[in-house]
Amino acid sequence: MIYDVAVIGAGVIGSMISMELSHYNLSSILIEKFNDVAMGTTKANSAIVHAGFDALPGTLKAKFNVEGTRLMPETCKRLHVPFKQIGSVVVAFYEEQLKTLQTLYDRGIENGVPDMEILNREQLRELEPHINEIAKGALYAKTAGIVCPYQLAIASAENAVLNGTDIKLNYEVDKIEYDEAGKVFSIYSGEKEIQARFVVNCAGIYSGKVAELIGDNSIEIVFRKGEYMLLDKNMGYLANTVIFQCPSEMGKGILVTDTVDGNLITGPSSIDIGSVDADLSTNADVLDAVIDAARLSVPEINTRNVITSFAGLRAHSPTNDFIIGESEVNPSFINVAGIESPGLSAAPAIGIYVKDLIVEKLGAQIKENYEPSRKTPVRFNEMTNEQKKELIEKDKRYGRIICRCETVTEGEILDAIHSPIPATDVDGVKRRTRAGMGRCQGGFCGSKVVELLAREHGLNLDDITKFGGNSKLLVGKTK
Amino acid sequence: MTKNIICVACPMGCGITVEINDSGEILSVTGNTCKRGDAYARTECTNPVRSLTTTVKVSGGTHPVVPCKSADALPKGKIIECARALRDIEIKAPVKIGDVVCADILGTGVDIVATNHCPEG
Amino acid sequence: MLNYDIVVVGGGPAGMAAAVKAKECGVDSILVLERAETLGGILEQCIHTGFGLHYFGEELSGPEYADRFIQQVIEKNIEYKTDTMVLEVTADNKVYAVNSEDGLLEIQAKAVILAMGCRERPRGALNTPGTRCAGVMTAGTAQKYVNIDGYMPGKKVVILGSGDIGLIMARRMTLEGAEVKLVCELMPYSSGLTRNIVQCLDDYGIPLELSCTVIRIHGEERLEGVTVAKVDENRRPIKGTEKYIECDTLLLSVGLIPENELTREAGIDLDPVTSGAVVDESRQTTQPGVFACGNVLHVHDLVDYVTLESYCAGEGAAKYVLGSAPEKKYISTKGVGGVRYIVPQKVNLNAGEDVKLYFRVGRVYKGASIVVKYNGYEIMRRKKPRLAPGEMENVILKESELQKFAEGGLVEISVEE
Repeated sequence: MIYDVAVIGAGVIGSMISMELSHYNLSSILIEKFNDVAMGTTKANSAIVHAGFDALPGTLKAKFNVEGTRLMPETCKRLHVPFKQIGSVVVAFYEEQLKTLQTLYDRGIENGVPDMEILNREQLRELEPHINEIAKGALYAKTAGIVCPYQLAIASAENAVLNGTDIKLNYEVDKIEYDEAGKVFSIYSGEKEIQARFVVNCAGIYSGKVAELIGDNSIEIVFRKGEYMLLDKNMGYLANTVIFQCPSEMGKGILVTDTVDGNLITGPSSIDIGSVDADLSTNADVLDAVIDAARLSVPEINTRNVITSFAGLRAHSPTNDFIIGESEVNPSFINVAGIESPGLSAAPAIGIYVKDLIVEKLGAQIKENYEPSRKTPVRFNEMTNEQKKELIEKDKRYGRIICRCETVTEGEILDAIHSPIPATDVDGVKRRTRAGMGRCQGGFCGSKVVELLAREHGLNLDDITKFGGNSKLLVGKTK
Repeated sequence: MTKNIICVACPMGCGITVEINDSGEILSVTGNTCKRGDAYARTECTNPVRSLTTTVKVSGGTHPVVPCKSADALPKGKIIECARALRDIEIKAPVKIGDVVCADILGTGVDIVATNHCPEG
Repeated sequence: MLNYDIVVVGGGPAGMAAAVKAKECGVDSILVLERAETLGGILEQCIHTGFGLHYFGEELSGPEYADRFIQQVIEKNIEYKTDTMVLEVTADNKVYAVNSEDGLLEIQAKAVILAMGCRERPRGALNTPGTRCAGVMTAGTAQKYVNIDGYMPGKKVVILGSGDIGLIMARRMTLEGAEVKLVCELMPYSSGLTRNIVQCLDDYGIPLELSCTVIRIHGEERLEGVTVAKVDENRRPIKGTEKYIECDTLLLSVGLIPENELTREAGIDLDPVTSGAVVDESRQTTQPGVFACGNVLHVHDLVDYVTLESYCAGEGAAKYVLGSAPEKKYISTKGVGGVRYIVPQKVNLNAGEDVKLYFRVGRVYKGASIVVKYNGYEIMRRKKPRLAPGEMENVILKESELQKFAEGGLVEISVEE
């Protein structure tokens, strides 16, 4: 079959575009090289919804950020994705930075950012009691917030699947051809082929390389690496809003914030590492520098409470802006590239924009009865005792706790394994349910999750991987 | 000749000194804090032994393997060989603590016994 | 709502011993709640021998030791529920728990005994740089895969940390045909028992490198190797000592943490050093009627001591329920000069019997003395050929001695070289 649209890359951008497209009477497929959705930049970033005052007026970043942030609360509510509009502060620690606050405020006004306010040091301290006492003031933006980025990608991709989108995982695109008329693309992964009339390139850090497959050499992407530290929930009290420092050329600097799950997160470092080796390792000196910088904002941060550290790569374009639109080589090939921060904030707006572009070209109509949401995921941990009682009476698998630290039940894990985009590996279960994300980092529940995955997928324990590919957890039976 | 060894008879881990003459006779044992230590030191210098714990495969049980141990100590040099031999054994559930899973392993005269229950399942 | 005199949270060696003792002391209405599928706790996967020498005078394996108590629980008709997770213990000793069969359980207890055990420190807590590939796990997780599930986590192994579980797993993996290339230990001494170094490493020619740690983890999908390096006295890697070791598995044995989430949420005082509750000699916490014992209170070296401690808690809880607990007149205890902590942290002068104080030292000492002082006056001095952080020590405060102390007094234990 020839699909109307093939979206390459199932990060938050590709998933959002697929979701929007799936509400129209067209056929589409979402293609991903990894074993699950949300495996690239989407699973390792700051998880911030930015207010929109950072980008220069007139840029795509400014436009889509403000619009995306406006759409975010409703989008997350509809898709049952954790989102908290906690606001952000950009803190001036030195006298000369107060000017920067005003510049950012003015830029925000020009970009159309609502609900901003410049706080003096007393107002700031009231809002953030644990802020460094040298802080002089801050730009407070109430529309900023925190979101679970991989949940947003999973939820929107699930919605797309519920509305008829096909999804192809473990499909690493290595060749793209199109017919003489330039109307039908053949998208290859080794011997395998998928055909489509339109291609949307959302390949993240690889979007430059995917564009090159049709001879479009216009997109340069630099891997900008960021390392983070996640701290125990008992540290969550240190930040009430997203705490930024004044921005530099390399980005918005080191932030300190709660996550939607109540942990404290700090990062990212910002180091360009070329465009070849997608190196996701963490480094002692970099993490030391992150902590030192974080302590400028919140001196009480303590590394003893770090529960994990990780690195993510952002797709940085030297143009300093998003690249969204038709390729010069073939107008049916749409590039959505260079989506670094504020890409997550912008995702809902980019999804709609790209959908409009394609729907217009195809003359597609909105479906009458499309599904706007997805099945509400059960979150046993967040229920009242009455709700828990009722739930277990209906299905006793919700009475068996698998992950002790995050109180995740067997029922929730089975839901994830049998969801529209089934979790097939341990990390996939973790992203969908939080099993293994707590203090013990899967020490106790890891083997039980492996057992459930093996049982439900009809496999042996040693077939189960951490995140697909060769990331096997076990190497065979003892005897 | 003097030999310094650490007693493994119990978790105390006493340091024991054994005096041995040229013909291999033990002249004295010092540093031990109990009789077991004395005995351990003497065998360690003449014929060192260890107990073996591992698992054996079970068919038709609640678990795929059941733990087991050597009922008596085995010659230290034979431990790896015995563990390897036990990898090829399969017993049938139900298994009870103390059941002999392998009698007289490799002709040592020592039985291997189960150290946990494994009901049918 | 259910009503029990005593609810025991955890059916491992500590919980079972406490329940058995409470029953012997005359309390009939007892319920043990265990989150795993069977009673026995972590002992079920500890298939090596070495358990019970002090208490039973026999060298038992973990499952055998556990079975002695499981049989007593059954014989004494003590009620228990497995596959049951306790979600909350309230300030008025109400226990919320959940399982598939009963759903959400709400239980009003007169006394609660906390016996949840401990968990292992994971990789994240070490912040070891490198990739996040498969093949890195705690030694206890590997132990479960090998001994219960019958699966191998890998074939070429490096072990970080020389705690007992790490040492035991070095031997275990070797016996199952894996090659253990190195055990490295950050500290200049091993925190494991000496006998485990001898019979788990030396016997198999496995090298142990002290003052050494893993500084980098390599591998995209599955672990491919680790870089280890020597560390200086401040535990910082020394440049130039880096060494790459090819391996597919890294096991971590880098410490145990008492699992006190329930305790903390109940608002019970915790000791920052033990990470367990602050208790008196009956193992009663700062919440009346709530007792704690076993590894949830402080990490023990030998299960035999867990059993003895749990008897204290079981008896204490029984007396509390039966109204025969003595009036409280506390002195406190404190570890100083080389003694990291003491359990119990408080002693009731009306205890009516000798009280054993358990403690651990902070480093290895040879030929040092343990000195006990009451309000600054030396009351006991004992020479010890060897003291090590891996081994729990104890001193006994005689009943007759307690009689001489006054409420509010302070007993200090220190090491003198």
